[in-house]
Amino acid sequence: MQQQRPAARFAPGETVDFVIIGSGAAGGILAKELSGAGFTVVLLEQGPRLTAAEFRHDEFGYFIRGSVANNPVTQPQTFRRSVTEEAVQGLNLLYGRFVGGSNAHFTANFWRMWPGDFNEATRLGGMSGTGLADWPITYDELEPYYTKAEWELGVSGEPGPLDPPRSRPYPMPPLPNKSSGVIFERAARRLGWHPQPAPLAINSQPYNGRLPCQHCGWCLGFMCEFHAKSTSMAVMLPLAEATGRCEIRPDSYVHRIETDAAGRATGALYFDAARNEHLQRARAVVLCANGAETPHLLLNSTSTRFPLGLANSSGVVGKHLMFNGNWGAYGLFEHPLNEYKSVQTTRILLDFHETDPRRGFYGGGGIDARFQNYPIIFALGGLPPDTPRWGESFVRTLAHNYNRTLYLATHSTSLPLESNNITIDPQLVDAWGVPAMRVTYRDHADDLATGRFLVDRAMEILDAADVQRSWRVEPAETSFSVHLLGTCRMGNDPRTSVVDRFHRAHDVRNLFICDGSSLVTSTRGQPTETICALAFRAGEHIANFARRGEI
Amino acid sequence: MFIDTTSRRAFLKAAGAAGAAWILADAADIQAAFAQVARRRSEPPPYRFDALTAAQATDLEAVCARILPAVGAAPGAREAGAIHFIDRGLASFNAAQKPLFDEGIADLNRRAAARWPGTASFAALSAERQDELLRAIEQQPFFGAVHFATIAGTFADPSWGGNRDHVGFAIIGHGHEPAYQPPFGWYDSPANRGG
Repeated sequence: MQQQRPAARFAPGETVDFVIIGSGAAGGILAKELSGAGFTVVLLEQGPRLTAAEFRHDEFGYFIRGSVANNPVTQPQTFRRSVTEEAVQGLNLLYGRFVGGSNAHFTANFWRMWPGDFNEATRLGGMSGTGLADWPITYDELEPYYTKAEWELGVSGEPGPLDPPRSRPYPMPPLPNKSSGVIFERAARRLGWHPQPAPLAINSQPYNGRLPCQHCGWCLGFMCEFHAKSTSMAVMLPLAEATGRCEIRPDSYVHRIETDAAGRATGALYFDAARNEHLQRARAVVLCANGAETPHLLLNSTSTRFPLGLANSSGVVGKHLMFNGNWGAYGLFEHPLNEYKSVQTTRILLDFHETDPRRGFYGGGGIDARFQNYPIIFALGGLPPDTPRWGESFVRTLAHNYNRTLYLATHSTSLPLESNNITIDPQLVDAWGVPAMRVTYRDHADDLATGRFLVDRAMEILDAADVQRSWRVEPAETSFSVHLLGTCRMGNDPRTSVVDRFHRAHDVRNLFICDGSSLVTSTRGQPTETICALAFRAGEHIANFARRGEI
Repeated sequence: MFIDTTSRRAFLKAAGAAGAAWILADAADIQAAFAQVARRRSEPPPYRFDALTAAQATDLEAVCARILPAVGAAPGAREAGAIHFIDRGLASFNAAQKPLFDEGIADLNRRAAARWPGTASFAALSAERQDELLRAIEQQPFFGAVHFATIAGTFADPSWGGNRDHVGFAIIGHGHEPAYQPPFGWYDSPANRGG
């Protein structure tokens, strides 16, 4: 057990080795890796720090009031489908705004990318009109960090026959199968496919001093009071603080990265809870604010030297925004499933991961069987489409179906397109006077075709499962997402990418960017493990650069 | 956050513009609303209302009870105290919808009196007559707002004022224990896993 030291405290004017912006999947790992390597770190998080006693199993508060999310009133954003439309204010990109970030209340699906996902552009011969590109790293280069993420965080699973090669098994066996998983597994096997246990960043056994899952059922959108979910919040941030070299500073809203005359980053300018402005000085800046706020912050950090925004000589900052396809099919069964218990999903299917050129479109994805809706949203949207929306028949159907319904969720690719992006809204400012983000997004036709293809497969599984009734959630143009990817892509060419293969900004030697924005392609709808692996890899390289005086 | 896209989409689609207003209202006074709930629960009935008059509350609760009626022995929105959730919202984070509710309740009473002269209030009508009037306004923003609020008030965590004693969860069989053990459902129990 590591010697516990009091968490460090630094004055903003004190120059620390690293200031990290954002405390989610990537920021937590980088804080732990860099402080563990002997460097001083201040981690700035715009939201509050919550303790387990403050977590709530409150669907209305979390899902509808957005009580732990970015607030569209104080931090407004606008959305449009194309440059010809007027951008309209709404809540289109959503993320966890508290210490731990979206990672703290994610569903905990933990899928690796496959080797072929890293060079799809080459394998498929490119795709005109899109930004489909190869990654600057290979699966073999990232594999040790996938393994590191699984073991340092704690992942339960069991490899399936289609899985990519791995250097170590999962550290924990899968969680117990739920009724949805039993039904799904049996039906998919009947079809000749290869269902497998869902890899989840949730403990199936005691792990590194944390409890196993208690099966309360509140993973999707909620933080785990048992610390059984293996997140930055539960695992990485305590380790970072225990080094005695890392301060986690909540309620610190960074709105600008400052640079000097030489073009080097000097620190992060932020508002504290009382709206006083501070500059946290640092020898290097590590930006992990998520795929929406990272480009938002860079584009707002303009200067004479960086008129298009910081690290944006390529003009690529904010571009290639990807959401992931997320549709599916509902099934109603004879006996109770009680899907509200335990983790959201226990079985997945990866048979349609690969792009198959014979289908005539780019894309692939996975399917999982799951609990999808807590009671309010189930009552509003989880019943067969022909159910009356009020009255006795509505109530009878609701009461009968709630525990007999499962959902097959499809998770699929989004093509990187320059026309899907984050820019600065020309008019709107937030409650702090910071220019707001404007989102422009329209799904590529292939993304919708991939969604329809996967929903067709989900319906086939339900048909093979003796379902009583089934109905589709039909792919349609997306305007809302919690997966925020691709907006500061990695690459070897400074003219077409924002960061290099080590996450260093091409334009700014002491600025590193690592989060969902780094992704070159979208993964098959489950990006978190890749973000974690990238962060472990980046942490190792950044620490080496710092030791060698190369920052 | 956290929300699966499809859930959110299903919610927004189902809730419509009226329901969405509940999301976008400012978040400042949630704690005050919670405190109010705690205070209210310590008081004996009859309950006082903060935003609605007693007459408005009676009519509005009658609407809730037709949207999500008690069926058989099971409780419904009335028994769950959805009206208290609605009153709490209208007195705090959902105050912007107060005029919509005021006008909607008044309109229902005007319709009741016009259709059946001498009717004292919407609440005094039979269930069949109430349903007839509600079907006529089904597409209106007021009905959309009450529909959303009735469902939220029945199934939201009790700290928001409704779902009294978790009876909303009891209607649908949603458990709310802090821990469970397998087997969870019929299909994953050992006796039914073969074949």
